[in-house]
Amino acid sequence: MADTLNAAWAEAWLRNSAAVVAEHRKELIDLDRAIGDADHGENLDRGFSAVVQKLDESNPETPGACFKLAAMTLMSKVGGAAGPLFGTAYLRAGTTVGESTELDSPLLAQALAAARDGIVARGKAEVGDKTMIDAWTPAVDAATEAAEAGAGPADVLEAAAVAAQQGAESTDPLVARKGRASYLAERSAGHRDPGAASSALLLRAAADAAAAAGNGAGEAGASGA
Amino acid sequence: MSVGLLIISHSAKIAEGVCELAAQMAADVVLVPAGGTDDGGIGTSFEKVQSGIEKADTGDGVLILTDLGSAVMTAESALEFLEDAQRNRVRMQPDVPLVEGAIAAAVAAQTGVTLEAVVQGAQSAQTGAPAGGTQGEAASAEPAIAPSGSAEQPAEPSESAIALSPEPAGGAGGVESASGDVELINPMGLHARPAAVTAQELTGMDADITINGVDAKSVMLLMTLGLKQGQTLHVAATGPDARKAVDFVTGQAADGFGEL
Ligand SMILES: Nc1ncnc2c1ncn2[C@@H]1O[C@H](COP(=O)(O)OP(=O)(O)OP(=O)(O)O)[C@@H](O)[C@H]1O
Ligand SMILES: [Mg+2]
Repeated sequence: MADTLNAAWAEAWLRNSAAVVAEHRKELIDLDRAIGDADHGENLDRGFSAVVQKLDESNPETPGACFKLAAMTLMSKVGGAAGPLFGTAYLRAGTTVGESTELDSPLLAQALAAARDGIVARGKAEVGDKTMIDAWTPAVDAATEAAEAGAGPADVLEAAAVAAQQGAESTDPLVARKGRASYLAERSAGHRDPGAASSALLLRAAADAAAAAGNGAGEAGASGA
Repeated sequence: MSVGLLIISHSAKIAEGVCELAAQMAADVVLVPAGGTDDGGIGTSFEKVQSGIEKADTGDGVLILTDLGSAVMTAESALEFLEDAQRNRVRMQPDVPLVEGAIAAAVAAQTGVTLEAVVQGAQSAQTGAPAGGTQGEAASAEPAIAPSGSAEQPAEPSESAIALSPEPAGGAGGVESASGDVELINPMGLHARPAAVTAQELTGMDADITINGVDAKSVMLLMTLGLKQGQTLHVAATGPDARKAVDFVTGQAADGFGEL
């Protein structure tokens, strides 16, 4: 297994993200219909399609450049809360990795933590508020722990993806305290938070891209859209 | 120039409507709507917000008012990308009711005051709201409208509509107070423009002053009184400028707010 991830991985992550968001578009819309305004799947699909288009037009040479491209594109194209939230996440991750061309496990874990911190700075949500933070925080904790235990980057991301999925599921019984769903108060319980669900998909896409890169599948395999 | 206003809403119609409403009372203020997504849908647009800040920035500052959720987050994201010098003259006031806040801020901006004073204007739109009220609660915060009484009875037509009743200041060295009644003689009553003129002028005076029980320094509260021609204003003030404040209101009203 490779012990660093590069720009090809970052690009594959974003392309994978666009593919899974498109695939789960309807599911995300349905989740958002239950406790929001039924646009989360559409918002993210529009945003990530634009990211893919930008990737096709330009050729970002570092992971940081990929993240910044995603940040700017999501901020301007998503149109809902997820735009500034994911936009800020990618922006902070991009700042954290800076000009590095190779990301090792500790740096990767730091980048994920910075992304989560960016979402918190923007939306002021805490764990338990029934937002995407309920997926991100366990993911960051798991990634940090794995990195400290000496795991390679693909395993760090795998740990993050698993924890994010569990975190998304943990939002089912919660009452929303932030975002649009908070207007529903008690009635928001019994539904999964759409942003937590999509965050789990994005982190799964990151892990899959890393696994493909590690298997020597290279860019083509990793970008398997 | 004066402070500019940027109104961010999920709906283009709301943003435009709020600007239209505020423009009525602040003809010289730059009011910029940033509503809806880039493709005209419901949501917020980073680009509309970014270019809106540029348009609203006259050099004297920009106040941003927002509706729900992501409007605030989109605006904050856009602020992160500004140069420090520009960011320092942009303020956001997320917790005031959008319509009331925009009108109050625009009226303040129209007088050419500083950005801080315009922010305070917007905050005054919350007067009467329960402390710590949420968006929803603030919207339902009603001012204490004086119940029935002479305000509702058409006053007898009289030549001299002013009936000043100077109250003696309470004791030696006590607080100055003054009050007076005056009939509204202009056909449209205490509508937006006179309410704005009154509140603006009174804001500069050192006195607590009420008209029919509501804070006369708040345009919004004055407008919610809905006072019509023939109704009576009960003006009461305390503080060093009490007399001056009461005289100003009664004088303006007797003069039909210059609308006769
Ligand atoms: N303050 C917040 N902090 C963290 N996450 C939030 C916050 N507000 C909303 N979210 C997340 O965003 C998701 C909804 O994203 P979506 O793109 O549908 O935005 P929206 O709520 O429709 O936006 P808008 O505020 O424009 O109506 C929620 O499921 C939640 O996870
Ligand atoms: Mg939504």
